[in-house]
Amino acid sequence: MTALPPPSARKLGLVIDLDTCVGCQACVTACKGWNDQGYGVPLSDQNAWGSEPSGTFLNRVHAYEVQPDTGPAQVVNFPRSCLHCENAPCVTVCPTGASYKRAEDGIVLVNEDACIGCGLCAWACPYGARELDGAAGVMKKCTLCVDRIYNENLPEADRVPACVRTCPTGARHFGDLGDSESAVSRLVAERGGYDLMPELGTSPVNKYLPPRAKGADERVDILAPLLDVKASGFAGWLDRLLEKI
Amino acid sequence: MHPAPSVIIFTVLSGAGFGLLFFLALGAAPVFGLAALLLWGTGYALAVIGLLASTFHLGNPQRALRAFTQWRTSWLSREGWASVGALLLLVPVALAAIAGGALPPVFGLVGAAFCLATVAATSMIYAQLKTVPRWNYWTTPALFLAFAATAGAILTGRNLPAAILSAALGVVLVLSFRLGDGRFARRGASLGTATGLGRLGAPRVLAPAHTSSNYLMKEMIHVVGRKHSRRLRWIAVIFASVLPLLIMLFVPPVPPVVAVAALLHLAGAFVARWLFFAEAEHVVGLYYGQRGPEGGTAGGG
Repeated sequence: MTALPPPSARKLGLVIDLDTCVGCQACVTACKGWNDQGYGVPLSDQNAWGSEPSGTFLNRVHAYEVQPDTGPAQVVNFPRSCLHCENAPCVTVCPTGASYKRAEDGIVLVNEDACIGCGLCAWACPYGARELDGAAGVMKKCTLCVDRIYNENLPEADRVPACVRTCPTGARHFGDLGDSESAVSRLVAERGGYDLMPELGTSPVNKYLPPRAKGADERVDILAPLLDVKASGFAGWLDRLLEKI
Repeated sequence: MHPAPSVIIFTVLSGAGFGLLFFLALGAAPVFGLAALLLWGTGYALAVIGLLASTFHLGNPQRALRAFTQWRTSWLSREGWASVGALLLLVPVALAAIAGGALPPVFGLVGAAFCLATVAATSMIYAQLKTVPRWNYWTTPALFLAFAATAGAILTGRNLPAAILSAALGVVLVLSFRLGDGRFARRGASLGTATGLGRLGAPRVLAPAHTSSNYLMKEMIHVVGRKHSRRLRWIAVIFASVLPLLIMLFVPPVPPVVAVAALLHLAGAFVARWLFFAEAEHVVGLYYGQRGPEGGTAGGG
C-alpha cells in the first residue's frame, strides 16, 4: 500500500559528515558492488566502455566549493543518496504499491516485481535518489542495505550499510535517528546536523553534519620584516633628500 | 523535464478525446446514425490512442494493470480508474446515439463527470509535484481542463462555446507562461538549501559527480531547445487559441471547417505540451548546477 505508515518509533538512517568526507568515491563503489548482487535486479550499466558511459547508482558524490563572506573558499565533498524521508513523496505517488515505507523501521523500498517503471516516484523525489534501471526498467534506490543490517550470517561489524562499512574516514554513520539517545542522534545534536531542502516538507531521516569552522585566515606575510628596511649611508642621505623635495 | 513524445501524445490526444466525449455525453451534438458513429468513434479513438501511448514510456508495461490498485493515494491510479470508467459508462450512450435513439440524460451526465475527472486526474499527476515548481500550481489543472474542453467544443462544431473556450484557453495559456516563470524562484530551493551549504556562504559546483549523463539528467534536467521558447509560446497561443477562435467566430461549422479548426488547435496543443515539459525545471537540477535560462545560472542552454 502506498499510503505512508504512521511515523515509526525506529527511524533507521544515515548521518553524513561533510567535514570528514574526502570525496574518495569508495562509498559509491561499495554500494554498487553490494547492491549488484543482493536486493532486486543488478544495477546495470549502459555503454560502459563507450564514449558516453552511463549506469544506475544509488549513491553519488558531488564536489562543491563554498565561498564564505570572509576567509578562503572551502571544498565540500557531498554524498547524495535516499534520505528515507518520513513524509516521502515518492511513496504516495506510486500507482502500483511498489514503492513503500516500512512501518517497523522507516526504510523506503521498492518491490520491483510490482514496479511498472513509470518513473513518477523519481519525479516526486527532490534529491535525485531514484534511478530507473536502464536494463530492467524498474526503479532502483538505496535500500539502506536492508539485506546486510539484519543479516545474522554476517559478522556483527558488517551489519551496517556497505557505504558505511567501507568509508575510510568515518564520514558515514548508521543508526536509529528515532532514538534520541543513539550515537547518531547525539552526533546530530552536537554537530548541528541538518535536513536537505527542508522547504519541500519531506522530513528526511538522514542528516548532514556541516563542515567545521576553519581557523581564521591570518594572512601572515613572512616577508613583511624584510621590507621594512631603512637605508643608511649615501642611500640614506639620498632617501631623506628625495622625501624633502 | 524531458519532453518524451509518448507522454506528449498521450496527454494531448487523450485530453482532446475525453473533451469530445464530455461534450457528446452532454448532448452538445445531437447527431444520429453515421454522423454519431463518426463523432463518438473519433472521441473513443483519441482517448484510447492516447492511453495506449502512455504505456510506451513504462519500463514494464506488462504490469500496467497493477496501476489500478492505489487509487486512495495516487493520482496516476485515479486517472486509470476515471478513464476506464468514462469509456465504459459512455458505451450505452454512444450505441443509443448511433442506433438513432437516446438514453435518459443521467447516463450522459455521469459519463461526462468521469471524462472531466479523467482530465483533472491527469493534470494532478503533474500539479502534485512540489519538485517541479512550474507545474505545482493551479495553472496546471486549468490548462489541462481548458485544452480538453476547447478541443471537445471545436470537434462538436459548437461555435459559441468553442469560441468562448478558445479565448479562455488563450488567457490560461498566457497566464501559465507568465506565472510559471517565477515559480521556481518562489519555491525557495537553491544549491544552498539543497546541500545545506548556504549557511556557510555561496556554494557552486566544483566538479561533477559523474563524467557523463545519467537517468536523472536525461529525465529531469532537459535544457535543449529552450532558446526557442519565446517563439514557441507565440505559436502555441496562435494555433491553439487565436486561429480556432477566429474560425469559430466567423465561419459556419461545416465538417471541413471543423476539421481544419481542430487540426490547427491540436498543432498548437502539441507545441504547448512540448513547452509544458521542456520549460519545467526539477529541483534536482540544483545538485548539478544546471538550471535553464529561468534560473540564470551556469549550465543552462
